[in-house]
Order: sequence, then structure tokens, then C-alpha cells
Amino acid sequence: MNDSKILIYDGSFNGFLTAIFVAFEEKIKVTDIQKNSVSQNGLFSDTETIFTNIEKAKRVWNGIQSKSSSAIKNIYFAYMSESKGVELLLYRYVRKLFAAPSSEHSDYSDGIVLKVGQLAKSVGREKHRMEAFVRFQLTKDDVYFANIEPDFDVLPLISKHFRSRYADQQWIIYDVKRKYGLFYDLERVEIISLDLQEVYSNSIKRSSAFGTQEYDYQDLWNNYFKSTHIKSRINKKLHTQHVPKRYWKYLSEKKEAV
Amino acid sequence: MSFERIKQKLNILADAAKYDVSCSSSGSKRTNTNKGLGDSSGMGICHSYTEDGRCVSLLKILMTNYCIYDCAYCVTRKSNDIKRAAFKIQEVVDLTINFYRRNYIEGLFLSSGIFKSADYTMERLVAVAKKLRAEERFNGYIHLKSIPGTSDELMYEAGLYADRLSVNIEIPTISGLKLLAPDKKHEDFTRPMTKVKNEIIQFRAEQKVIKSTPKFAPAGQSTQMIIGATGESDKEIMYSATYYYKKYQMKRVYYSGYVPIADDRRLPALGSQVPMLRENRLYQTDWLLRFYGFQVQELLNDRHPNLDIDVDPKLGWALRNLDFFPIDVNTADKLMLARVPGLGIQSVHKIVSARRFRKLNWEHLKKIGVALNRAKYFMVCDSARWEHRDLEASTIKGKILGNSVGKFRKEYSTQLKLFA
Repeated sequence: MNDSKILIYDGSFNGFLTAIFVAFEEKIKVTDIQKNSVSQNGLFSDTETIFTNIEKAKRVWNGIQSKSSSAIKNIYFAYMSESKGVELLLYRYVRKLFAAPSSEHSDYSDGIVLKVGQLAKSVGREKHRMEAFVRFQLTKDDVYFANIEPDFDVLPLISKHFRSRYADQQWIIYDVKRKYGLFYDLERVEIISLDLQEVYSNSIKRSSAFGTQEYDYQDLWNNYFKSTHIKSRINKKLHTQHVPKRYWKYLSEKKEAV
Repeated sequence: MSFERIKQKLNILADAAKYDVSCSSSGSKRTNTNKGLGDSSGMGICHSYTEDGRCVSLLKILMTNYCIYDCAYCVTRKSNDIKRAAFKIQEVVDLTINFYRRNYIEGLFLSSGIFKSADYTMERLVAVAKKLRAEERFNGYIHLKSIPGTSDELMYEAGLYADRLSVNIEIPTISGLKLLAPDKKHEDFTRPMTKVKNEIIQFRAEQKVIKSTPKFAPAGQSTQMIIGATGESDKEIMYSATYYYKKYQMKRVYYSGYVPIADDRRLPALGSQVPMLRENRLYQTDWLLRFYGFQVQELLNDRHPNLDIDVDPKLGWALRNLDFFPIDVNTADKLMLARVPGLGIQSVHKIVSARRFRKLNWEHLKKIGVALNRAKYFMVCDSARWEHRDLEASTIKGKILGNSVGKFRKEYSTQLKLFA
């Protein structure tokens, strides 16, 4: 019993990778890996606090990547799901990966591999949704601004997409749920936190932060959206399947429906 | 610019463009290297969905809905009494850029009614694309409609700015075309297609020698056929689709169930139902041909000129060819696995990866996500449980239909009663 431990880390992805490094190096029998903000002491196990170390984290990252590049992507994406117990699941996945000679990550008949794959897939889907559903509104300060409220922490995953797409305009994408955002200043993307007075969803009510031209374009877009429907083929169920209702309040074309 | 006026035009010209099915925005390789606006190097994105469930990815509009032709199946035909409008070139450019900057769209899909002549119309479409690329440094996706009858020189220029080009043949058979679009010749459609195909081939050859050869329509060309307007069989439609895939190296052929828009005795009456189920079956067939290694003759031939309505085309084929089955999941090759009803390409890949580690049984297959409801009648795995030996095709079909629900089920429920 003595050697089984709960590892406590700072909640960052690098912290998590450091925890994996320490567990391997000190041959710890890990019973759980927890964020320091939510840690719970187990009855029969000790805890060990992990101090994030970029060097160690990098070694783990590179180690996994050299095994398989799709495995490292799966781990990063699945981690972003913030789902309960994901750390332990991923730790087991990594152990499996290093124990086997090769391509263990493609053993879809294994429960852990399948579960990690599913988590990564749902995070990937949310990432793709955000690339689609972000709706910028042009502020009077000439910044394209959008609020989002994704199911998972996908901001770090969509940064590159928006940076290469909107290279010649300033933009902010702000996660209302997790209270941080990305700001692109025409040079680089920075992580920011704002003291937002209100959530700028796409409501019918106008905000003084945006100019009249902004609302004219929203109006045009709304009109366009309406004229794309073919009445004799209406299929509301399919529509909400593709655009789930929880995203509607940030979509300018759905503002009348909300 | 007056927003009210633009709004009116947009309503008229978007409404007329919505019957074009294609909204694909993938397959291009235009990266944002000039610190300009936009990037279309990744996968396509559907930014929203219409209430009929189709993807909204591009700003799909007509340059104008004035037209000199009178094709019976078309809303913008000359004899139709509707409001007409036309965009100025700069108006289309402004709309595209401002929608794109707000992340509403992936780019522009520009089509047009034909005014004055084919070349005069095409010139204006090309001018919009050129302005977007050269003046606005726009790297988003541009899909231009090739106007039937356009000269080769203009088609060449179009390909330099557009990611995709398309001509809709609309009517799958030449006799149908004569009936519904008497002013148009079959050659008017195929000439721009041939030009685009040849230019793409030439571009690929030249690019091998000179890497900086300007891109030519990197997302290829596509076409569209109307289904159910002239009484053609599924066989005629799919044989003609196969012809276009092969002869013109089409990226896609789209099938569009005819939406009755005119009171014309050559066409299905107003108010008749859009053949959505049939459209769905044709797309399934299209996928089997492009990704699953099927030949069109296997699925449609003189004995089976039409697809089954109550089962998907792969299941239909399997039921007619029971002597190929059952196959062993743990040994069969990829192509044979792909022919099992209920196994998609994703499942096939997962099975092939997973069976290197252990013999697969029903439990494994279920977790992988195989539609066992259909698949179990056609395969064996590492399990003694396989009790469906020597069943008749009709029995298998009855069992499968009895255990599943389909969204189109009500359309053939009378047939289902036979099995109950």
C-alpha cells in the first residue's frame, strides 16, 4: 500500500505531462492524478504534489510523439475534454503505449484506446464547431469580437486556424464560461482576460460597442440565411441536429429564434 | 451604398440560387501567404445549416436573374413572371468580404442568369473573382459557375481565380434536354467542361517542372443533375454520372430532387412531392462507386434498372448476391469488408487495425461501432454464435427492416406489412 499515490498537479497540460514523467521516473503506483483545485484525499493513499517542469513535460511529449503522432493528438484533445478522471485514463493510455512494441494506439478492441479515441473525437468535433460558429461583430475600435461558450476548452486548439485565416484584421475570441480569450493584434495571438460588463451574444438589442454598419451586415446575413431555405423540404429535426440549440444565442442568423 | 437596396437584391438573387446543391468548400490548397484575408487550405466548414438541413458554407448568389433562355425546370426562365435584379461587381465583392470577415462564410459561389450572351455574362463573373483575388487579397474559396457556351479563353481566365468551376447538365439524358431546354445544345455544356479538364491536366504537368505555375481550379470541377423531372431511370442517371466522373474527371456529381416550380405539362405538377428518398439512394450509390470499390453495373443493370426504395443499395446488392457471404471478419480483405452491409469505411479501418491484436468477436465489433443489425447476417467472427445460416434473402430483409427505424419509413410502410 505504501507505494500507491495520488499525484496533484497545477491544472495545466504541462503540469499533467510532468506528473506522467514523475510517475514513470519514480515508479509510482498511481491511483489518481488530480488538479490541485479539485483534489480529494483518498483513504488509503498518500498524495504527492507535482511542480510543473517544462523540460520534463517536453520529454514526455516528444517521447509519445516519437511513438505515434496520432496518439499525441489524441492525448492533447482528450485532455481538453476536462472530463472527470481523464488524467488517470490518459496515464493508463500512455503506459500502454510505452509497454507495447508498436502501434498500440490503433488497437480498437481495447477499452482504454477506444475511450481516449472517443473523447478526442468529441473535442475535435467541438473545435470544428467553434471554427464554424464563431460570429465576429465589428466594434467601434475596429476589432472583430466574438463570445463563445464551448462544451470543452477548445480555445488553444482553434488559435492557429483563426490566426492564419484572419491575418489582416484584429480579433478577439472570448470564452465566457472559462473567462479567458484570445486576442490577435496583427502580429501575434495573446491570451487575455477581460472584465466584461455584458455577454455580447447576437441579440436583437443593440449594444453601443458596435457601429450601425455592423448591424446592417447582421441584417443582410439574416436575410440571406432566410432565403436559403427551400420550403418544400423543411426538416427542422435535421437542422437542430446540425446546429444544436445551445449555440443559437451566439449565432446572428438565429437571433430571432432565441 | 444603400443597405435597403442591397437587401432587396440579395433577397431576390439568393432565393434564385438556392437550388444549386453544391456547397462544398474543401479540396482547395490556397494558403494565406501574403498576410491577406482568408485561407482555404484546410477542410471545408459548414458555418450554418438551412432549415431543410443543408450546409451553408458559401455566399451563394446569382449575379443576375435576367435570362435569355426559357428552360422549363428553372425558376429564372424568361417566361416566368418574377422580380428581376442584378448586382454590380463591387456590391458582390463588398458582401463577400464583409461576410467573410465576420466568419459567416467560407467564400463565394457565384452563378448567373444569362443576359446578352454567354461570354458577356461569364466576363462579369470572372471580374468579381479577379477583383477579390487581386485587390482584396482574398484567399477564401471561390466557386464560379461556367456559363454554357462560354469561350475557351474566358474559361481559362476563370480557372486562374476560382477554386472550383461547375456546369450543371441538369437533365441527365440528351432527349430530356431537348424536351425541357430546347434553346440549349448538349455541346454548350460539355465544351467548358472539356476545357477545364484539359487545363487541369496541363497545370499538373507544368507544375512538376515549374513549381510556381499559377494554380488552375485547384478544387476541380463538379456538375449537377435534376432528379425526377423527365422520367429517367436510376440506371440512366448513374450511368451518366459515371460517364461524367470518368470522361471529365469530375470531383463531384450532385443529384437534386426536382422541386416543382412551374405549371408546365412537361413536368411534375406543382405541389407534388420532392423525391428526397430517391435522391438519398442515388447519393448512397454514388458513394459506393467512389469509395467502396463497386462498379455501376453491379448495382444497376437491365434486370435492376432502379434502386430499392426500402433498403440501401449496398444491402440490396448483398441480398441479391448471398453466395459471397458470410465473410470472416478476421481474415477477409479490405475490399470485401467494405462490401458488407452495415460496415462503413471507418469501421473497416478500425477492424483491420484491431484484428492485428486479437481475434474479434461480436462484443468488439459492437464497441467499434459496426451496425450489427444489418452486418450480422453477412459475416462470421470469433464466436460460435452465428445462427442465421441458410436464410432466404427475403427473410433477412424482413428481419432487418423489422428491427430498425428509418426516417423515410412511412413512404414504404405498405410494403413492410408484407413481412409482418
